[in-house]
Amino acid sequence: MSSNRNIRSWFASGSPWVWLCAGAVAASLVAVFGLLALIAVRGLSFFWPSDLVEVEYRERDGQIVQLVGEIRDREEVPAERLRSAGVAVPEGAQEITRYLFKIGNRDVYGLDFRTLVAHDIVKQDRPANLVVMERREWGDLFGQVSALKEAGQVIAEGEAAWRELTARLTRAEQLYAEIRSIEKGEIGAINHGMERLRLRQRGLELEDALTEAAKAELAAERAELDQRYSGLQQRLGSLYRDIRRDSVVMEVAGGRRVEVDMSKVVRVFQPNAMSVWDKSQHYAAKLWEFVSDEPREANTEGGIFPAIFGTVMMVIIMSIFVTPFGVVAALYLREYAKQGPLTRLIRIAVNNLAGVPSIVYGVFGLGFFVYFLGGNLDQLFYPEALPSPTFGTPGILWSSLTLAILTLPVVIVATEEGLARVPRSVREGSLALGATKAETLWRVVLPMASPALMTGLILAVARAAGEVAPLMLVGVVKLAPSLPLDDNFPYLHLDRKFMHLGFHIFDVGFQSPNVEAARPLVYATALLLVVVIIALNLTAVAIRNRLREKYRTLES
Amino acid sequence: MNQDMNKTVKEPSSRTHALDLGALGRGRARLQLAKETVSLQVQDLNLYYGAKQALNGINMIIPDHRVTAFIGPSGCGKSTLLRCFNRMNDLVEICRTEGQILLDGNDIYAKGQNVVDLRRRVGMVFQKPNPFPKSIYENVAYGLRLQGMKDRRRIDEVVEKSLRGAALWDEVKDRLHDSALGLSGGQQQRLVIARAIAVEPEVLLLDEPASALDPISTLKLEELIYELKSNYTIVIVTHNMQQAARVSDYTAFMFMGDLIEYADTDTLFTNPREKRTEDYITGRYG
Repeated sequence: MSSNRNIRSWFASGSPWVWLCAGAVAASLVAVFGLLALIAVRGLSFFWPSDLVEVEYRERDGQIVQLVGEIRDREEVPAERLRSAGVAVPEGAQEITRYLFKIGNRDVYGLDFRTLVAHDIVKQDRPANLVVMERREWGDLFGQVSALKEAGQVIAEGEAAWRELTARLTRAEQLYAEIRSIEKGEIGAINHGMERLRLRQRGLELEDALTEAAKAELAAERAELDQRYSGLQQRLGSLYRDIRRDSVVMEVAGGRRVEVDMSKVVRVFQPNAMSVWDKSQHYAAKLWEFVSDEPREANTEGGIFPAIFGTVMMVIIMSIFVTPFGVVAALYLREYAKQGPLTRLIRIAVNNLAGVPSIVYGVFGLGFFVYFLGGNLDQLFYPEALPSPTFGTPGILWSSLTLAILTLPVVIVATEEGLARVPRSVREGSLALGATKAETLWRVVLPMASPALMTGLILAVARAAGEVAPLMLVGVVKLAPSLPLDDNFPYLHLDRKFMHLGFHIFDVGFQSPNVEAARPLVYATALLLVVVIIALNLTAVAIRNRLREKYRTLES
Repeated sequence: MNQDMNKTVKEPSSRTHALDLGALGRGRARLQLAKETVSLQVQDLNLYYGAKQALNGINMIIPDHRVTAFIGPSGCGKSTLLRCFNRMNDLVEICRTEGQILLDGNDIYAKGQNVVDLRRRVGMVFQKPNPFPKSIYENVAYGLRLQGMKDRRRIDEVVEKSLRGAALWDEVKDRLHDSALGLSGGQQQRLVIARAIAVEPEVLLLDEPASALDPISTLKLEELIYELKSNYTIVIVTHNMQQAARVSDYTAFMFMGDLIEYADTDTLFTNPREKRTEDYITGRYG
């Protein structure tokens, strides 16, 4: 009886609700931090060089083979399952350990992963002279340096070859950087110039203004570009000859020898011989490569800088569009429109727009922006480039506009709330000084509402940066050859397609030819996406806090 | 009483804009008002909030370069009347006015009257200090910039003059570019006055300017009002009768939307004609 009353008074005191609420908060925190921790651990550990293991493995036919590779994963598998798959499993065993083993050398084996059953591993060893060679093609190569060649002649073998290799790799890297800068930068600029000349000629043709003088002028410019091009071509030729001078012969597990051109080598290291300090340096270098370099090998290797750049740039362009539109719409709704059933209806409609699935916006963007607006823009302003479209094709401008529409409701609602909070007394103060309503709004009310506007923008940025579905329709691609911002006039190329971190995750995780190899990259990219969104948000929050401090609303 | 007053007022034709003294008081008070130059003249002013009438046929004059105080219990219409002088009531959608208010002989409610111009000529200070969230300097320069003044030196001069005029210069001269929101309430209210006088209005409307201030700030403000009198026509709404008695030359007592009594301050407080006035100033209601 009394315990019953105790329970009742315990309920009446409200503490069960406090516990319930605290529990809900705790569960949310665990979920969020667990998610971040999982992504961080899986993503960041990928760059740590793991040891190379040399194993002697008994194949199903009883033959012993030698394998070299990294142990990427291990799992316990029920013996029953393996048995039914035809693997010879010792009697009495319940659980069998199975390893996911990266053997690399895709050019030799055709695969770079295989699974090894633990009890078939006859011998395991970690010799210090095993080398990981990251290549520009065919993925990693695992093996031992056998010889180093210069112009086809062996100049060093064995241990000496390894020392010589590291020295010559630096030279090759410098040459490679030079080649890249010529190919991407200077030849890119020439191609850009050629294309502009072609378009100018076509434009003049369309206007019937292609006079002899204009032709001659175009030809002269073209000749100049051609001359520059052939100069560069010669320079490239000699650079390529230089970089191809050296090659390295590797001996992979099983005794086969593979000769690798020095120009194809990105990095070599001996993980088993590295100290923790060496590994840390290696880790930092890999991490830097990841955020600053371009992707290689169908996005499964290298960095994701173009995706970071594309994401940030798209969000910035979106903000540039959404802010004025949202502010103007909110100003009209709150300050000018007569408050009645119609404005209420509009407000409900705007709020509901925020709930429309984003892919619908993508479809709208494709139909309206890309085909209708872009197509007409091309007809009007870029007839010389037709039939190849300039703006009539998905691009960063249309992506930004689509996301601007997607996030417009958020900005409108937040700005309206900010406007509603500006005290009447301040408005009256301005009006009493002879300001018109527009002047009052512009000079006093809007600045005071700007922190609320920034809050809306923060929400908009957070949503826009994470969207993928609509972008696939209006401008994101798997691999964009050039960034939407470069040093070729007019510098900002809003018509270009771009890469996006969200899409990159999707692409690498599900569309990649080498899903096993790419999986850690999915985590790393996801982590980076979170970091980018947090960085964008923090910037906006910092701006908002400064504005808030400046336009601190008068205390009533 | 009210009808009686309206009758006396309506006799002289308002078309002539002749100075009508019907409701201005009696005896000495009436004589004194008659000697003043007229700044604002209110004729048959009715004001409605929707269906509710808030001002009933007000007739009065506001003398030039004098301080006129409006007193009366809450909701009597004194602030509403004050806000008619610069048409701040226009901002209230359901508000409608009838009758005329003449500023220097021109009806401010006439069609074609530019409200922006009017508000430049008739400045206003509100009950609660309402500086803009800008620097002290920018607050004072606000009205000048609205008028399109660009010359920095000229703006500097006017800002200094206005702040001196509002007895604030010495307190803020070293931090002109700090936020105005960092000032105390009394300083903010004087800043708002400086902001109002920077555009050189003819009339300054003060709507309970001291109600949010502590006694010392109030005293400073009252001294300031006394000084400003020589340059501006001042109309002040106040709840505080001692304040009205201290600062004003003329006092109007309003009740339930009617102008009950209007006389020079001494007469109104020492020898009120109306019973209701006497009741109010002796604290029997309100």
